[in-house]
Amino acid sequence: MASPGKSAAVKAPEPPAELVREPLVLNNRPLGWITDAIAGVCEKPMPVWWWPAFIISVGGMITMFSLIAYLVSTGVGVWGLNQPADWAWDITNFVFWIGIGHAGTLISAVLFLLRQKWRTSVNRAAEAMTIFAVACAGIFPVFHTGRVWFALLPGYLFPAPNANEIWPQFRSPLLWDVFAVSTYGTVSLLFWYVGLIPDLATLRDRAKGWLRRFFYGLFSLGWTGSNRHWSNYEKAYLLLAGLSTPLVLSVHSIVSFDFAVSVVPGWHTTIFPPYFVAGAIFSGFGMVLTLLIPLRSLFKLEDVITLRHVELMCKVLLATGSIVGYAYGMEFFIAWYGGSPYELYAFKNRAFGPYWWSYWAMISCNVISPHFFWFKKLRTSVVFVWIVSIFVNIGMWFERFVIIVTSLHRDYLPSSWGYFTPSWVDVMTFVGSFGLFMTLFLLFIRFLPVIAISEVKGVTPQADPHHPLGGAKGHH
Amino acid sequence: MSSNPSKPHGLLAEFHTAADIFEAAIRCRDAGFTKWDVHTPFPIHGMDEAMGLRKSPVGWFTFCGGFTGFFTGMTMIWYMNKFDYPLVVGGKPLFTPLFAFPVSYEMTILLSAFGTLFGMFFLNRLPKFHNPLFKNERFKKSTDDRFFICIESADPKFGLEATRAFLTEKCHAAVVELVED
Repeated sequence: MASPGKSAAVKAPEPPAELVREPLVLNNRPLGWITDAIAGVCEKPMPVWWWPAFIISVGGMITMFSLIAYLVSTGVGVWGLNQPADWAWDITNFVFWIGIGHAGTLISAVLFLLRQKWRTSVNRAAEAMTIFAVACAGIFPVFHTGRVWFALLPGYLFPAPNANEIWPQFRSPLLWDVFAVSTYGTVSLLFWYVGLIPDLATLRDRAKGWLRRFFYGLFSLGWTGSNRHWSNYEKAYLLLAGLSTPLVLSVHSIVSFDFAVSVVPGWHTTIFPPYFVAGAIFSGFGMVLTLLIPLRSLFKLEDVITLRHVELMCKVLLATGSIVGYAYGMEFFIAWYGGSPYELYAFKNRAFGPYWWSYWAMISCNVISPHFFWFKKLRTSVVFVWIVSIFVNIGMWFERFVIIVTSLHRDYLPSSWGYFTPSWVDVMTFVGSFGLFMTLFLLFIRFLPVIAISEVKGVTPQADPHHPLGGAKGHH
Repeated sequence: MSSNPSKPHGLLAEFHTAADIFEAAIRCRDAGFTKWDVHTPFPIHGMDEAMGLRKSPVGWFTFCGGFTGFFTGMTMIWYMNKFDYPLVVGGKPLFTPLFAFPVSYEMTILLSAFGTLFGMFFLNRLPKFHNPLFKNERFKKSTDDRFFICIESADPKFGLEATRAFLTEKCHAAVVELVED
């Protein structure tokens, strides 16, 4: 092997000025500044706004768990479900939350494999968002079963023989979903934790109190930044990214099978897997922007989560939003071209039936709003981006509502047509799930580094032994 | 690590830039040390070659996990829906790898991920909460913005004065300190 010391003398051609990329960390911040800025967030006392935000979130979380207790003790009828709409807000919320998670995995895994170095500033918070969103998502399908003890304990969902010694039925996509979502939650958590280990060691080495030193020490597992460890660590991280990529694509595909494998008009369509995955990434990036735009300014992290990051995420919104818009159009085309009167009716009914308002809410939020991002001026206006990201979140919730409720409420038999109206328990359980999500996210800000410290350092020029800022002597 | 408490653990050399430690690692490798390590706040690109490390074998653990996962998924579904309690649904076959695939696929990924994680922990011998380096105050900077090389006294080429001179003069370390065991 040639000595890298000698090869350092090889000159790399300097790119022309207009091709030089904007740095990922602005103002040439030194490595120590990065540590202080990011670790400082969870070391200093939280700013004043944190407490009211936390109290409101905990209130929402308590509301949700109280209403779930009410549901379990009374029956699933406390939600507005009826026949034929026996899936409504519950499964809408499930698909909504699980979709949000997908952006986190996309940023952490897919962009890692594609060597998109800008991901390092946003991946930690986005992965945290994934895990918390999956936690919120899991609640709805579990409790929509009503007598939840039958679903969980004797094993209709998980393979344990039930009272009649019958095993779960593996031909059902609902059971595939159980495996997909629980694998997704577990692997996301592992991936997140692996990424956290070096940063927990940083917090351990900076900790003042014994409590912090103990817990950060415990969870950083005795990490020393040894290069023999980094070598295995980086390979493990690469492999986890390689595993999470097919995983994230499979999860929302399998979620879409819950619908596509059935025979309900409006559901029974082959476009669902790619359409759901694109929608999931679209909604997830919406939520990442909703969370990170306030975070970067509240904690003065604009030098690490730069405008370039915001802009790149807007481009992802534009791309995935266009795919979603295309899918809406293609669904309509196939409903007509396919020649099935039931299918065609389902789509006419979506746009002009009793739920027309939800359909047009979806169209205006998802099809129109991302197209503002063709303009650089709008992509770089953080307030505008933040507002659009909220619309994306709303629109993607409506998309799932449209798919689920408008398809179910009128299917083959007009005699069993109905109309779904949510009960107050439906509404407050969903609102409360935001409380759970925000509680977890605020605790994450309070105790863990919101940006991957070691990864951000790794993409600075100071980290490159062949760069003048990394201390390289001689010409570059 | 030495088992004799009177012996020092090794010499710890501190560097201030990525380039310095990169050059120093090449010199340590070329000097033929074996029980030594580089400690950096982030992985430095090319350091594995500079240290002369072999490729990480984590992938084998991933493969074993994935193989086990796929095989477990398929066997489980065959056993449950065809062998132990034949479950007729819609006249479809009791078992085919087609409907068993999504679950087996997820199991493959799940156990590959566990294999990767625990394989990495095993290869790195983590968790390891006792480490003589933690007693050194300077070493706390190894997770911040400083770079370290530690040559252990257990290394056959280690000589207290000779190695100290090597680190200071040949490797241009900013500071060289003795670390007690």
